Amino acid sequence: MSKTAFVQLLDLAAGLVLVISFAALWLRRLATVARMIAVQGLALAAVAAVIGIYEHESELVGVAVLVGILRAGVLPGLIRRAVRAGDELREVESIINVPASLLAASALTLVSYATTRDVVALSPAPQVRAIPLGIAVVLIGMLMIVTRRKAVLQMMAVLMIDNGIALVMFLGTSGVPLAIELGIASDVLLAVFILQVLTNRIRTKFGGTDLDQLRALRD
Amino acid sequence: MATLIVLLPLIPAVVAALVAIFGWNLATAWAGPVACLTTAGIGVVLAVHVLDHGPASAFGGQLRVDALSALMIIFIGVVGSISAVYGIAYLRTELDNGSTTARRAKLFGVLMQLTIAAMLVVVVADNLGVLWVAIETTTIATVLLVGHRRDRASVEASWKYLVLGSVGVATALLGTVLVYFVSRHSGIDASSALRWSTLVEHAGALDPGALRVAMGFVVVGYGTKAGLAPVHSWIPDAYSQAPAPVAALMSGVLSSMSMYALLRLKVVADIALGAGFVRGLLLVAALFSLVAAASLMVTQRDYKRLLAYSSVEHMGLVALAAAIGSPLAMSAALLHLIGHGLAKSVAFCSSGELLFATGTTHIARVRGLLYQRRFIGATFGLSALALVAMPPFSIFASELAILRAGISDRLTWAIVIAAVLLLVIFGAVAVHSLNMLAGEDPPGAGHMELTGHTSSITARIPLVGGLVLAAAIGITIWPISRLLDTAAKVLAR
Repeated sequence: MSKTAFVQLLDLAAGLVLVISFAALWLRRLATVARMIAVQGLALAAVAAVIGIYEHESELVGVAVLVGILRAGVLPGLIRRAVRAGDELREVESIINVPASLLAASALTLVSYATTRDVVALSPAPQVRAIPLGIAVVLIGMLMIVTRRKAVLQMMAVLMIDNGIALVMFLGTSGVPLAIELGIASDVLLAVFILQVLTNRIRTKFGGTDLDQLRALRD
Repeated sequence: MATLIVLLPLIPAVVAALVAIFGWNLATAWAGPVACLTTAGIGVVLAVHVLDHGPASAFGGQLRVDALSALMIIFIGVVGSISAVYGIAYLRTELDNGSTTARRAKLFGVLMQLTIAAMLVVVVADNLGVLWVAIETTTIATVLLVGHRRDRASVEASWKYLVLGSVGVATALLGTVLVYFVSRHSGIDASSALRWSTLVEHAGALDPGALRVAMGFVVVGYGTKAGLAPVHSWIPDAYSQAPAPVAALMSGVLSSMSMYALLRLKVVADIALGAGFVRGLLLVAALFSLVAAASLMVTQRDYKRLLAYSSVEHMGLVALAAAIGSPLAMSAALLHLIGHGLAKSVAFCSSGELLFATGTTHIARVRGLLYQRRFIGATFGLSALALVAMPPFSIFASELAILRAGISDRLTWAIVIAAVLLLVIFGAVAVHSLNMLAGEDPPGAGHMELTGHTSSITARIPLVGGLVLAAAIGITIWPISRLLDTAAKVLAR
């Protein structure tokens, strides 16, 4: 792979990860947002694969395949099950409207570029230049948790935050040592699984996954 | 020594497996406390070894025990035993009155031991990545424990805990990934780039600009998990809804694990960035925590939430000590973690007995406890005294030392604010608990309703034991003083 092709492919895939975060704020149907999260996982796997192929690291290509299976297959599958199980209105409800969400997300992207200047300055490599994208994805995920009032949406946001961290991981250092990566992956899998279990419990106890009903505990 | 270190987390893990296979019965239940006491014993052996021969390592350096780790191992073992023994009494009561099933009791036993195993990994791991995985594992295990009762309130608490906890530890992971990035770029090879001991050695060579970003994420992330304000909102919900032995474990020792991670990373940051950066963050978090705790404890109506906010207060004090950072402050911080762990686990366990005896968590509906249920009243009252830093309990000594260290470190303004807030908290706890212990029924309301519950001997042993220990290290510190000082030297500037 030539250097220019590498840079273009990398920017395309990493950019896609961020664009999908914006789309997740903009789309109205829960099922579509869930599909977007799966596409994001795929784009993330592409980032890892592109870096692996360019640097001739077969281990990283293998990791890319695993990431694809986990983040575009298994985890979104758990989310789809949670979405399908609900009979309630399958639309996004937010405490701020779509234009405001998008504006906030753009501001967060700028913030992530501003805060990571020193990190990017460490290396001239094209991967490192894209690190702010990953941090922006993390921040947008947090925005989604704060503003979205549905259990399944918060679940998707947790996954999005994780995708952002994984993006930083691949861009910054071509991933962390494999043993730790496996530890992280299994923890994420368990967390999303338990989120799904809890979503079901919320539904049976409260008759829906609207989090505004969760207000018994307060001072 | 290497075998002992590897064995350490395996012991509770094996007990978890035994409970999973054979179910919750007399033998498997008592295996839990036995495992905890064994780990505490191994901790003592390791401490003696470390004090004489320096840090020991295992697994090609991935696991490492220094004086601080040894102290934490003993701490986990002791507080783990208190909550495990009380857990037996607690589950027996719940099984007897039909509020839980054999299956849930089994899950409870498995998850308690898994949490303890993961905590032991936290303190022996020399690798920041492994440390993160272990802390996230504790979150996952305790979420289901918080939801043990499966009613509306506990589902709500466990959801909030898992979401905020996941976001918190995810932030810490992002910080850890950036630390890895910075350390790789300073020429450390991949296998040791996340190793704490290597990072301390090479801290001077790390890029300060990039490390500052990383440390910001780490402090916010682990601070969330430790329960420091302003990201403490999950604490009162989780601790008040969790079964008493779980709350004892989480508040007593689990929150200290994130604090431990923070203190370790602070060592690296202080060398690479100078003391100012992390100190500023911790100072803000400490004062915020004290303000949040004081304001919500005064108006509190639920005694379990009162205890939860007291945890926010004490974590804030430890953060204050860490911000000061002198050797005196650091040994006070560690003593404070231990003293708080003992007193708070007793307080939560006796709140469990109180709930069984009265059927309510409302402060206003518990009156004259000392006359009607002397044992519960006495343990609850004594642990409340310990928590507001009354002698002879050790929190008295550590709080005084923190305040003194702050004044000699020219942080007098912060110490003055903290002292005023501590007085407010003292007043709040004193009024609430005096009303509960010796207050009369308010006019018009009926008498406090009591169920027939009496505390079993199994419930009494850990409560008395914890209080005796907390008073003992308050009266004479010498058995652990050398370990404490050596551990503080690992952390101090």
